[in-house]
Amino acid sequence: MANTALVAEHTARTLYDHLPLLQVLVPFCAAPLIVLLGSRRLAWPLAFVSSAVALIISVMLMMSVREGGYISYTMGGWSPPLGIEYRIDTVNAYVLMLISAIGTVVLPFAYVSVKDEILSKNHSLFYACWMLCLTGLLGMVATGDAFNVFVFLEISSLSTYVLVAQGAARDRRALTAAYDYLIMGTIGATFFVIGLGMLYMATGTLNMADLADRIADQGANRTVRSGFAFIVVGLGLKVAMFPLHLWLPKAYTFAPSAVTVFLSATATKAALYVLMRFIFSVYHPDFSFTTNALEIIFLPLAIIAMFSASFIAAFQINFKRMLAYSSIAQVGYMLLGIAILTETGLTAALLHMFNHGLAKALLFMGVGALVLRTGGAFYTQISGLGRKMPLTCGAIVVGGLSLIGVPGTAGFLSKWLLVQAALERVSENSLFLLVSIAIVLSSLLAVVYVWRVFEVLYLREPNPDSTATEAPLMMLIPMWILAGSCLWFGLSTDFLYDIANQAALGLLDGSMGMLDSNKTLGVE
Amino acid sequence: MEFYTLDTMTALYCAMLLPFLAMAGNMAFSGMQNIRDTFTLLCAVLTFSCVLVILSNVGNDVTEPVSLFSVFPGVDIAFNVEPLGLLFAIIASGLWILTHIYGVGYMRGNNEKHHARFFACFCIAISSVIGIAFASNMFTLFLFYEILTVSTYPLVAHKGTPESIRGARTYLAILIGTSVALQLTAIIWTYVLTGTLDFTQGGILEGKVVGWVVPVLLGLYAFGIGKAALMPFHKWLPAAMVAPTPVSALLHAVAVVKAGVFTMLKVGIYIFGIDFLADTGASEWLMWLAAYSIIAASIIAMYQDNLKKRLAYSTISQLSYITLGMALASSMGALGGGMHIAMHAMGKITLFMCAGAIYVKFHKTEISQMTGLGRAMPITFAAFFIASLSIIGLPPLGGSWPKFLLMLGAVDTGHYIIIGVLMLSSLLNVAYLLPIVGRAFFMPVPNDTPRTYNEAPILCWLPPALTAIGCVILFFYAGTLQDFLTPIVQK
Repeated sequence: MANTALVAEHTARTLYDHLPLLQVLVPFCAAPLIVLLGSRRLAWPLAFVSSAVALIISVMLMMSVREGGYISYTMGGWSPPLGIEYRIDTVNAYVLMLISAIGTVVLPFAYVSVKDEILSKNHSLFYACWMLCLTGLLGMVATGDAFNVFVFLEISSLSTYVLVAQGAARDRRALTAAYDYLIMGTIGATFFVIGLGMLYMATGTLNMADLADRIADQGANRTVRSGFAFIVVGLGLKVAMFPLHLWLPKAYTFAPSAVTVFLSATATKAALYVLMRFIFSVYHPDFSFTTNALEIIFLPLAIIAMFSASFIAAFQINFKRMLAYSSIAQVGYMLLGIAILTETGLTAALLHMFNHGLAKALLFMGVGALVLRTGGAFYTQISGLGRKMPLTCGAIVVGGLSLIGVPGTAGFLSKWLLVQAALERVSENSLFLLVSIAIVLSSLLAVVYVWRVFEVLYLREPNPDSTATEAPLMMLIPMWILAGSCLWFGLSTDFLYDIANQAALGLLDGSMGMLDSNKTLGVE
Repeated sequence: MEFYTLDTMTALYCAMLLPFLAMAGNMAFSGMQNIRDTFTLLCAVLTFSCVLVILSNVGNDVTEPVSLFSVFPGVDIAFNVEPLGLLFAIIASGLWILTHIYGVGYMRGNNEKHHARFFACFCIAISSVIGIAFASNMFTLFLFYEILTVSTYPLVAHKGTPESIRGARTYLAILIGTSVALQLTAIIWTYVLTGTLDFTQGGILEGKVVGWVVPVLLGLYAFGIGKAALMPFHKWLPAAMVAPTPVSALLHAVAVVKAGVFTMLKVGIYIFGIDFLADTGASEWLMWLAAYSIIAASIIAMYQDNLKKRLAYSTISQLSYITLGMALASSMGALGGGMHIAMHAMGKITLFMCAGAIYVKFHKTEISQMTGLGRAMPITFAAFFIASLSIIGLPPLGGSWPKFLLMLGAVDTGHYIIIGVLMLSSLLNVAYLLPIVGRAFFMPVPNDTPRTYNEAPILCWLPPALTAIGCVILFFYAGTLQDFLTPIVQK
């Protein structure tokens, strides 16, 4: 696979070769700049421009690794495994693209929503935190160094706590939500770093590719195994893997609308990517404990999450909270795809990552628009708005249908692939027939909770004293961009499917090995 | 004529997009009802002519699939033309014109609200029916099948009363539930087993599956196609009768239910293959279940006093004829099933439109209230009578031929009991349809009912009169229809 590897040595001169670094550096520099300028008017344009640049970079990266292979970028001239290496292949280019695309699309929406929901004196600091969060997420995906992952994970987490707490201007409960998230998130990060410590102890290296080789060489000893357990639990917390999801509903419900949109579509996805990286590349599914963990822990937990979280979502009376629970269920689908442990399963998980990101971002934006006009997301507050805010509610319908997985929307295709992956394994283990049935049944629960919202929006009588009007254009445009992509990727998924499939192959191949890269890097 | 220069695929896309144009028109002109309704009528006529163009171009050949989007390797969103689908498209788009005229009369005569939303959803439903008719693989068909479900939900819930919302929920729950839980599983399973979902003459499963999987897979399809209203998944149809009558007429006597049995036939003929079913005997149980559905639904129909509910149960029974035709696994049976799509559509839409006309004029929904109404509404009840005879299957009406073909199919396969079932069903049809006519014409007129001519508005009685005449005409063209459909069962 690595035969087409592109190599950017530290002597590289063109800007093009620095793309892997710039991907992270651009938002990273924007953050202090926003603080230093301290101007409320310049904060948003700066944030938007740097997000857009990050998006362009990620697309360029995607184009260069689309056919397989990887780009290795060495930091400061120290070649790996000593120095820090950024390594871009199809898998993380795909995730980078998702994160920066969502980040860019959300910002116009945030412009209006933030003005409404957050104290104006905090605006420039808010956007600085936002940029730091984006930096962290992009960094933990782009880097090829395990400890560097931890650093970026913490950057994104710390800034997220601040962003969530900003909801306090509207509802003081945001503070406790942020505090809960802080505690849980820190526990997760601690577990992760303990796991890394064990790996370092066992292997003496932190470069992920190097780690993979050395773990493969020395086989599964107790230190390596405990390291795996710590890393999985630590990342599981960030992913909101059932039953480590308790921080999520509160954080999503009380965070400012724009923050919820951004986090729901990116934060859990980035953590999930790191989890996949560790399971498939650093450790390898050839190890029996990896496979066992997937089949005995991930698979049942994923199915429980799909059912229980959907069930809870069906009983919510707050639109935003309902979506938060639905997110936990949808993470279950992605984990299930990973746990099925086949090419189709991984493709499904990666595709669902993207499709769910689109749909959920769209729905949370819809909530944000409703909140802007009515002041809350309780079903009693938003009832009957279908006629007053037709474009907003139309976009919500599209997002809801994609969340259910109605044919013609993006969500359908990932669910299709997931069922297909489960059915493909029926011949070796007939229990997978039950898994496939579980997938379709749990998606029926999605019909229940989504349809409740549709009925509230369209069939109930509006509040007589409600003066809601259509959302502003700055909100409608990003919403309909996402709605359009939900529909487009539901019909023509060629492009995305190829990339996800290539990424899945790359993950299963697990060829992060240094043996390969030694050759391509020219390190003697 | 300009139109005849259109090539087939363009006409096909036009037929699918014109309803959308009509929808846009509805939205744009939502305030000006005359312009809006005329515009929709124009689109309906154009849609129908597009389908006719396809007919004149293709005849009863089977064209090559043309792919619009590629979804996964081996799965495309693609369309082709084949006789069964073409027949379905002709029926649906042709009857759309009449139903639209009728719908305008009904909605205005009844002072219903939200006209624009109503006709807009109607248009999406028609467009998805055309998509179902011309789908060239199971994936595409399923796509439009679900769009049809979702787009008809607002129509069923149209009145917004608690009762109609409850009905609409039942409607959605059963249709989405069966299609996602069972049909989707079956489709993906088929794809995993065969690597393709294209409708292929003779089926795609032969040689790929053996033993218990065949009947199980057939069961997933048969119950998963909830729109075919096979018992025990039939409850949505009576529940959907809370919809305004034009919806019941076109969608729940023609488009939605026929989409169900059409899918059933497609699966039987092009996924399993009639010969494969006959060789494995996998559809034997389905045949008996369909026979049970025919009889049981007819008996339930006899006890319904609400006219639309009685017609709904009658539809459930009649749909099972088509399922039966597929499950017989003989070419005569499949032909009979295909032909019944046309014949039953013509008859049942007439009955529903008559029921609606009675409601518009006298606001009567129960059969027991219709005593002596025949004198006031002679045209409506005459149309009702003719359509009833067609449903029963008496010559010289269209409905007699499919029954005849089904019986031939039963003889072919040696299932003589099925002949008995079909005859019993005809008797039951007589028992639940003709008393309505008898009550209207021959029972003494109560005091509160007018004795003199007092018909519904012309827009409400003309369409059913036309379709009733259509039932008679179809009797004489049944041979043409059979020749037209023959390619579907040829090797």
